[in-house]
Amino acid sequence: MNRIIKIILSDIIRNKIVLAYTLILSILSWSSFALEDNSAKGLLTILNVILFTVPLVSILFATIYLYNSAEFIELLLSQPIKRRKIWLSLFFGLSTAMVFAFFIGAGIPLLVNSPDSIGFMMLLNGCLISVIFVALAFLSSILTRDKAKGIGLAIMIWLYFALLFDGMVLFLLFQLAEYPIENMMVGITAFSPIDLARIQILLHLDVSAMMGYTGAIFKDFFGTTVGLLVSFVLLSLWAIIPFFISMRKFNKKDL
Amino acid sequence: MKYFLIIFLFFSLSLKAATIHVGKKHAIKSVKRGITLAKVGDTLIVHGGWYKEGNIIIDKKIVFLGKDLPVLDGEKKHEVLSIHADSVVVDGFKIIRSAYATITDPCGIKVYNKSHVLIQNNVLDDNFFGIYLQNSQNCIIKNNTLKAYGKEEQKLGNGIHCWKSKDILIIANRIDGHRDGIYFEFVTNSVIWRNIANNNIRYGLHFMFSNDDAYITNVFKNNGAGVAVMFTKNVKMFNNYFEENWGDSAYGLLLKEIADSYIFNNRFARNTSGIYMEGTSRIKVEKNSFESNGWGMKIQASCMENEIVNNNFLKNTFDISTNGSLVLNTFNENYWDKYEGYDLDKDGMGDVPYHPLSLFAVLTENTPSAMLLYRSFMITLLDKSEKVLPSITPDNFVDNKPLMKSLPL
Repeated sequence: MNRIIKIILSDIIRNKIVLAYTLILSILSWSSFALEDNSAKGLLTILNVILFTVPLVSILFATIYLYNSAEFIELLLSQPIKRRKIWLSLFFGLSTAMVFAFFIGAGIPLLVNSPDSIGFMMLLNGCLISVIFVALAFLSSILTRDKAKGIGLAIMIWLYFALLFDGMVLFLLFQLAEYPIENMMVGITAFSPIDLARIQILLHLDVSAMMGYTGAIFKDFFGTTVGLLVSFVLLSLWAIIPFFISMRKFNKKDL
Repeated sequence: MKYFLIIFLFFSLSLKAATIHVGKKHAIKSVKRGITLAKVGDTLIVHGGWYKEGNIIIDKKIVFLGKDLPVLDGEKKHEVLSIHADSVVVDGFKIIRSAYATITDPCGIKVYNKSHVLIQNNVLDDNFFGIYLQNSQNCIIKNNTLKAYGKEEQKLGNGIHCWKSKDILIIANRIDGHRDGIYFEFVTNSVIWRNIANNNIRYGLHFMFSNDDAYITNVFKNNGAGVAVMFTKNVKMFNNYFEENWGDSAYGLLLKEIADSYIFNNRFARNTSGIYMEGTSRIKVEKNSFESNGWGMKIQASCMENEIVNNNFLKNTFDISTNGSLVLNTFNENYWDKYEGYDLDKDGMGDVPYHPLSLFAVLTENTPSAMLLYRSFMITLLDKSEKVLPSITPDNFVDNKPLMKSLPL
């Protein structure tokens, strides 16, 4: 399995897109931290990168990579290797590449400029978001054989989590503003990995505002150790469940 | 000879002030007995030890000195020290465990309708009220340390409580864990200078109906609800620190029904709301720094003719928020770290006016749970379009000359 991961990783590096992604991330992060004497703007830039760019690049790159390596996968399948192993190695290879790209591009400037709970939280959430969207890419690419359809699906998934979901929550909020919906809202965030990550970061970034009335409800849940554990378990589930569904499909698929 | 006698008599009168020692090793063992023996103008030195003598009443002008921090213990049954004379000095005592009662408000030290009393260098521990000035004038409270341990508002008294007094100086005290750190009601012409009020259950400093006062260079940190200044005019607030007052109804500084006051060079950091204004008018807020607050300023629509000039707004979640669309206040030449304009003529002021009120601040004011969506990409988009074309936020809520660089405060 290690050998397959190695082959995939060297292939990704030769592909240069991930290197470019790393470079762009690092230029963006370093320059936004250097822009002002306080770290607020830099943190906001990286927050937007985590909530927007990282999911997009992870899901698109992974989907396209999977479609393009269809022949390589078929070749591997002709060897005496378990399907499970091949799919897992692909997943580990791709997510390692994306996590490293994020860590080198955005994580190092974060740790240098904001070496506190905010920086650490952002780094952790950024890495998790990378893995989650690679897993979602595996799901979308296994669901259909058609490349255009698969990539389209990936873009849809990204659009849904990055934009649509929040729009829907906002709509719900205003429709149900008269009801005590705060606790329900906490539950609803579990349905979007981006929202989970965002709230985790928010609780550290805007701690003063979060001490207000509703903020206190979220803080009571997400701010406690139990809440923290629950939300990280939920984030991990967002990576594990889509990947396992895709693996079950891959195991039975007629290629 | 007659003149000589008169001069002699005069000197003997003025020199008769004696020093009386109270302590275990001295002839007089009891503080109360010492006070009874003392004459007007005498000095009473109480040596270190534990004195459980109930309510000690000082009813004549004496200097009441503690040496090696003698402890006066109220045993939770009595008011400890009651001052019923002008020009008394109380210096260097440790006053502990006053009684708890809601009608008489027993205190560590209470001054009854007197003037020129000096209370300094005392340690007050576990009292109901700490130091209480009732209808007093020209008093000084200096260098005292007050601490209380209650958890409930009803069971705690205020640290330094002044009622219907004037010309009071409160200098360099530390107040910790009381209900209100310093409480002023009907107190005029007074100064609060260099005090530290932390961890009080309600307000660090509480002003009611107290005109013409100033508080300068104080620290108010982590109090239940910050500092409140209400129903007052002509208050000067300079160089104070308001920090870490966290909670839904906690404010760095709560202003309610205030007029003609001046807030200058204060620092508001890490509060849920830096300043909350309601029904205030003609206040100038100048050269303050608002840093890392949830809301820098909450200015309700009932405020008018306030000027907000030359302040720094840094790293706040929301710089400004309001509850209506009426704006009768002016903002000028502040530095906003969220400002995105440019400065072509290089005069240090942005060429594009800045709207400090974000759409999302208005949304959360109406629907607090919308806070959940803060910093989501969707919201950022909405905010951006609102900045360009204000529709929900009042368009006259504007700083026409936002600064490009933060002020060195």
